[in-house]
Parts: sequence; structure tokens; C-alpha cells
Amino acid sequence: MTADGHQRGAPHIRLEGVELRYGDTLVQRDLDFEIRRGDVFVIMGGSGCGKSTVMRALTGLLEPRAGRILLGEDSLWELPPAGRNELMRRNGVMYQSGALWSSMTLEENICLPLEQYTSLSPRQVRAIAEYKLALVGLAGYGDYYPSEISGGMRKRVGVARAMALDPDTLYFDEPSAGLDPLSARRLDELILELRDSLGTTMVVITHELDSIFTIADDSVFLDAETKTMLATGNPRDLREQSPVPQVRAFLTRGEVDLGGAETASPA
Amino acid sequence: MTAPTAPPTLALRVEDDTATLVLGGRWRLREHLPEVEDAHRLLDEQAPDATRLRFDATELSDWDSGLVTFIAGLGHACAGRSLALDPDGLPEGLRSLLGMAREVPEPTSEGHAMQPTPSFLTRLGSDALDLTQSTGEIITFFGEGAIAVRRLLQGRARFRRTDLWLIVQESGADALPIVGLVSFLVGMILGYIGDQQLAQFGAQIYVADLVGLATVIQMGALITAIVLAGRTGAAFAARIGTMQVNEEIDALRTLGISPMEFLVLPRMLALIAMTPLLAIYADLLGILGGAFVGTVVGGLTLSAYITETRLAIGWNHIIQGLIAATVYGAIVAASGCLRGMQCGRSAAAVGEATTSAVVTAIVFIVIAAAVLTILFDAIGLS
Repeated sequence: MTADGHQRGAPHIRLEGVELRYGDTLVQRDLDFEIRRGDVFVIMGGSGCGKSTVMRALTGLLEPRAGRILLGEDSLWELPPAGRNELMRRNGVMYQSGALWSSMTLEENICLPLEQYTSLSPRQVRAIAEYKLALVGLAGYGDYYPSEISGGMRKRVGVARAMALDPDTLYFDEPSAGLDPLSARRLDELILELRDSLGTTMVVITHELDSIFTIADDSVFLDAETKTMLATGNPRDLREQSPVPQVRAFLTRGEVDLGGAETASPA
Repeated sequence: MTAPTAPPTLALRVEDDTATLVLGGRWRLREHLPEVEDAHRLLDEQAPDATRLRFDATELSDWDSGLVTFIAGLGHACAGRSLALDPDGLPEGLRSLLGMAREVPEPTSEGHAMQPTPSFLTRLGSDALDLTQSTGEIITFFGEGAIAVRRLLQGRARFRRTDLWLIVQESGADALPIVGLVSFLVGMILGYIGDQQLAQFGAQIYVADLVGLATVIQMGALITAIVLAGRTGAAFAARIGTMQVNEEIDALRTLGISPMEFLVLPRMLALIAMTPLLAIYADLLGILGGAFVGTVVGGLTLSAYITETRLAIGWNHIIQGLIAATVYGAIVAASGCLRGMQCGRSAAAVGEATTSAVVTAIVFIVIAAAVLTILFDAIGLS
């Protein structure tokens, strides 16, 4: 059972035949997979395969050209804008760069969603913001501006802001990108701790193998060449058993022979 | 091995149907390297019937990608003249670099490499489509703007009041020095030209009428608007454009907060409120500039100048100026915010958005000035 009373492992988000395009350019098609409640679900694939685009569709920023995205029983893109906004408020998103609002202090960044969508008093809002900052290891940094802290800290504040409204689902866009190994590891641990304590569904976009094997319960592999998903399942199982050579090659850093192509050595 | 400083050399040795290219000296990018055509000339002259090309690199002192490119170019050319290229004589590192370059996959048809230059008709069609899309975006922008204004009137608009006050300060109070300086100088210029012309008829006192009316009806608002377009409109576009690049606007949208309400509305409100106030200030400074010239150059007394100005200017003129300033303020804010919201996701796009915001604002300010002049005349306000 999760903190918000839902059954862990129950279906949470489902994609049915989703096709995504930018203008006329096809990004991904025929996406069919399910994300279970309380899972850490990884969307993986090589650079440029459309991972972030899938996240944009899941978070209500890009309308699919075909197919449906179901959040529980609700079809995200078939709802009127007000209903969609309501559903989106149940999401928290941590962007690759943190995407903190640069004109606001860290505390104000976290307070804004609370001020907009709750009737809490200013004192309560500040207390929650301080707590969320402490949760990501940044207690006492509330008065700093985003430009005054490091990239890794900005990402952690991004997590704190994404958690401001205690969302059902947290999305992470390349959380480890640009971080040193220790900071990346700490962020992975934070993702697992939050999932374990709050039962929040975590959707993580990444191509960092260490991170994938550390955190993922389930995953989908997107392919840039065929522009569709090639596999879904636990990444450790996929590494050992996937019938698709590209998936095993990705998960073993190219140690699998892709039908005659030269085998790349590990980096 | 030749001396390390020896220049790159190229020679050909022929045995039966095999030509051997002898490479010597420093084959580095900073040297004056032989061209692939030089090798061709040697082959044409000394071994036109050769079917195999080998290399002798024993005289080569050092090399870099200059030699790799040369050999790769030679490889392409050899394929065209049925000459088999045998790379065995080349240094091992060079052979592996050549192999790596060959393994790079060709760009797919959906890639962007080597797009042919589009024809005039293609460009015309593409521009027309861009215009249609841009028009659609502008209509959407104003549609969303209208919704935001309705929510504001209903008291449901979501934006931070502190942001509004900050923008009011940045676009209003902080603009006082530059608006004041430019208005004073333009007032002086108007006064000086007026004085020179009117002095011919001994009518210098009418310099006060000329400067006062021109400033209050049009110039004060126009100067304020153009200064704001360059100063505040550009800042709006750059700020919102940078937020677009940093995904800050996506972060607002995913929270269900409309960027139109949160970012655009306070900027529109601030400029619509501030531009008329700045225009009044510009009017006063412009008149002061005219008075400075009228008294110092034209020899008028300050009291006579002020009395004449008060007689010349009516409430109708002041109202015209204020209406114009309000419209110009809305144009500057809308142009800055629109271009910022349309901004792409790169640093170059922010620069383009900023430039475009200023150009759009100035063009529409001038169009609005013309339309308002005709309108005021039609309704008898002038």
C-alpha cells in the first residue's frame, strides 16, 4: 500500500498505440506499455531516440498524433484542458537542467506550486518548502538563487520542487546527466528512498546503465532507428534474456554481436 | 627516417603493374601539404597502366589527420580509376583511423546533412507556410491573452503580485533617466528647428506652441514607446526566451500554470500602466527642452514660454497622447512576450527573439501612430 492509499503494483499509467511527432517528423510510434503504481520505471534508449519526447507526452506537453495515454481510467488527451490540468497537477517533473525559475529563490521555487494550489498559510507553505529542501539534503539553502548553486544541487532542488505537491508520479529527465559519479549515485538513492517511503511512481529517463540497474523495476527500450519500442521488462532480465540483439547490446555496452557488425569494446 | 623538420614529399616508384607512393617528411596540417591531384598527376605521368597502388612510409617522419585526409581522398579517387589500394605500407595508427572513418554510417534520408539548396518556388512555398504558422501562433497568443484577461477580471488569474511590482519598477521607474534624457534632447531639437524657422517672421513665441503640441500629442508617447521597445520589450523577449530554453516554461505548464497568466499578464499590465505615466514625464521634459532653447537661443522669458505653452495645449491633446501611450505600451509588451513565447530552444533563438521583438514593436508603434492620428481627427479630438 502506498502513502496515498493506492495498491502498489496496480496499473497506473498505460500507453496504447501512441504515436509522437514534431511537425511531420516521426519520433516514436506504436508505443504500448504499462507503468505500475509504486514502480521505478525507466525509459531507456540511445541518444536521440525520443525518450524526452515520450516524457513530454506523459506530462501533458505534447499531444500524441495517435493512440491514448491512460492515467488510471482517464485518457489524458481526451480530457478538456481543465481536466488535463487537474491530472497534470498530480505529476512532478524534474527536468534535465533542473529548470528552476531563475528569478526566484530556491524556497520560492518550491513554494510556488503550494501557493497556487493549496490554501495553506504562508507560514505552513514555508515550513513545507524547508522540509522538502531538507529531504534532498539542502536545508538552509532556501534563500539562494538557482544561479548561486552547482548543477547537482539545482537538480536536487528540481526534485524538491517536483515533490512540492506530493505527486502521484515523479518524472525525472536524465537525472544523472552532467553529474559526478557520487552525486549521480546519491540522486539514485534519493529516487529509491522516496519511492520506498512514499510509494510514488517514478518514471526515469536515462541511458546511464549503472543507474538503470540500480533503480529500475521495469523499463521500456526505445529505438532511434525503427522509431518504436523494442522491449519492455526488468532491465536485468532484458540484459540476460531479451531476444532483441539491440537491447542486449545496449544493456551490455555493445558486448553482443549485432549480426555481423563489429563488436565495440567497453568504454 | 628524414629529419623531423623536412617538408612533406611525394614520389612514385613503378614496378610492373604496381605503383608505390613514397611518402616522406612531416605530413602535418601546419605544413604545406601536397594535394590528391598531385598524386594523380604522378600516376598519370609515370604509371598510367598501374592496377595496384602501394605505399612506402619509411621516409615519413611524422603525420596527423592531414595525411589521413589525403589517403582517404586518394582512396575515393582510386575507386574511380580501377586502381586497387593496398594500405599495408602505411603506419598502423593511420590504417586504423582510415578504418574508423569508413565505419561511420552515412546519414539517413531523415538526417540534415547535405540538403540541396531549395529552389525559389520551394523557398516561397516554405515562407508562405511559415507565415501561416506564425499567424496561427499570433492568433493563439492573443486568444490565450484574452482568456487570461477574463480570468484577471474574475480575480482568478495566477501570477505573483511581487513579480508585477518588480516589472513595474524595472519598466517604469528604472526607465526614467533614459526617457527623460531623450525627451529633453528631442524637445531641444524641435525648439531649435522651430526657432530658426519662426525667427524669420519674428514669431519665436510660437516655438512654445510647436514644441508643446508636438510633444504632448505624439512625440512624448512615441519617444517613450520606442525607448521602452528597445529597453523593456527586448528584455521581456530575452527573459521569456531564456525561460523557454531552460525548460522553465515547461515546468510551469506541467504544474498547470498558464505562462500567459504567470509571465505575460503581469508584463502587459505593467507596461499598460507605466507607459502613459512615462509619457506624461516625457511630455514635461520635452517641453522643458523646448523652453531651454526658447529662452537661451530665442531670447524668450521663461514665464512667457510657459504661458504660451499652457494656452496652446488643451485637454484633448493630453488625452490623445495618453491614449496613444497606452496603445504603444500594450504593443511593446505584446511584441516582447509574443517573441519570447515563440522563441526556439537555443541561444541563437533568444537573440533572434530579442531582435524580432524590437522590430515588431517599432513597426506596429508607427502603424498605430498613423491609425490613431486619423482616428483622433475623425472623432474630432484633435
